[in-house]
Amino acid sequence: MLSLTVATLLCFIALPIISLFVRVSPVTLWTRLGQPVVRQALWLSLGTSAAATLLVVLFGLPVAYVLATREFRGKRVIQTLVEIPIVLPPTVAGVGLLLAFGRAGLAGGALKAVGIELPFTTLAVVVAQLFVATPFFISSATAGLAAVERRYTDAAATLGATPAFGFIRVLLPLALPSVLAGAAMSWARALGEFGATITFAGNLPGRTQTMPLAVYAALQNDLAAAVALSVLLVILSFSILLGLRFAPWGAAVGGAPARPRRR
Amino acid sequence: MKRALGALLVATLASAQGPDRTLTVFAAASLTEAFTELGDSLHVHDPTVGVRFNFAGSQLLALQLTEGAAADVFAAADARWMQAVRDSGLVDDPRSFARNSLVVILPATNPAHITTLPDLARSGVKLVLAGDAVPAGRYAREMVANLGRLTGFPPQYAHRVLGNVVSLEENVRAVVAKVRLGEADAGVVYRSDLSSDAGPDLRTLEIPDTVNVIATYPIAVLRRSRNQAAARDFVALVLSPAGQRVLARHGLVPIAGQP
Repeated sequence: MLSLTVATLLCFIALPIISLFVRVSPVTLWTRLGQPVVRQALWLSLGTSAAATLLVVLFGLPVAYVLATREFRGKRVIQTLVEIPIVLPPTVAGVGLLLAFGRAGLAGGALKAVGIELPFTTLAVVVAQLFVATPFFISSATAGLAAVERRYTDAAATLGATPAFGFIRVLLPLALPSVLAGAAMSWARALGEFGATITFAGNLPGRTQTMPLAVYAALQNDLAAAVALSVLLVILSFSILLGLRFAPWGAAVGGAPARPRRR
Repeated sequence: MKRALGALLVATLASAQGPDRTLTVFAAASLTEAFTELGDSLHVHDPTVGVRFNFAGSQLLALQLTEGAAADVFAAADARWMQAVRDSGLVDDPRSFARNSLVVILPATNPAHITTLPDLARSGVKLVLAGDAVPAGRYAREMVANLGRLTGFPPQYAHRVLGNVVSLEENVRAVVAKVRLGEADAGVVYRSDLSSDAGPDLRTLEIPDTVNVIATYPIAVLRRSRNQAAARDFVALVLSPAGQRVLARHGLVPIAGQP
């Protein structure tokens, strides 16, 4: 029974992926890779998703730290708020971003005052990815940090470590697998981002047309090209995620729980 | 729990069934208002017929149809995608039912201070078009090229205007949305799009008739439709004087009866 369930699910996930590979020959794939519009989309996707992941970690880690180690009024509201982008349909996220950070948006005037006009720029692609990808990092990193036993950081504090030192040398290394898993999830989500991007950043080859947008554009008049691009994207994400899993710092990337906290 | 789930499933299936005969009409995004009104009037005329619409870029609808999507009627914004569907043996004899012309739209606030068509070539103007595969996008490029050949337009006009394009949208209504929100400085859409509720938020620049590109809309009943009679009724309604009046009210140019 168990093996049947497992096999069913694996087939369900694998079949669409395999179908993509069946529809395209390696030669076609290679020719497509040589096309400027494909290479542009590929580099744009890699660059923007990497930048988004970096920003997610930079800004997400302090948030995760606070959520994992402090108790305060309204904490649950904040936790829920941070998770909202997961349930929002990406197009809705894109409309929200336009109404907030568009040049006619709520914060548009303030942005313009410092010389920033976001819509239709590569930066807008990063902002869209950042918005949808942040929750994945925060929830994983928060869980990881919260699971570290308090006595380790307490011991560090007794030995005279400042909270910052304790975080960097004690807490973070212990929670590293969850933090990295969160970063990997965020990166994957950013790489696949479509709806918020096309709504907020638009679709222009070389500037805002990432791989998922290029696939969609190709789908409209050249199915073979769309399939070839999809296969490229699958190969790319599969190898990076697999690579992370085999990396020295841990098979834990992918969400193995850190040690449970004892009270 | 199981029972509740079962009830939910049954309810979902039942609601998906709808009235006795539900027509599925795949129609170009630019037909949204006109066809919705026609669908309503068909339903009022015969309450056993409900009409369900799938409005999108014609290129996407054609792809969905050739990949096997179930539909009864297809109305495209150009002959090209109707021909693609016809080449796959899905329809027999498309009929032209309306024409549509292009117009340049600006946000009511006109942030780029555009007052004439040559202004579109000014550097820094943010222009949004529909993608190359979308009929409205193809027509827009043609129209810009035509403008460039007129006297009084700056040299390299078409090149400079197309260089101002900041986004290629998936259908013409997405162009309307970006301009309406004030994010783009200008866009090229169909005249019929002005009859959507976006109208009041937009200004327009007229394009001279001599260079405007006129879209012809074909409609056809799908061969595999299991609702042939009702599907033909809908097409007949679109081609009828009453139907043509509805189209005209939404900014389309009626041309019923031509092959």
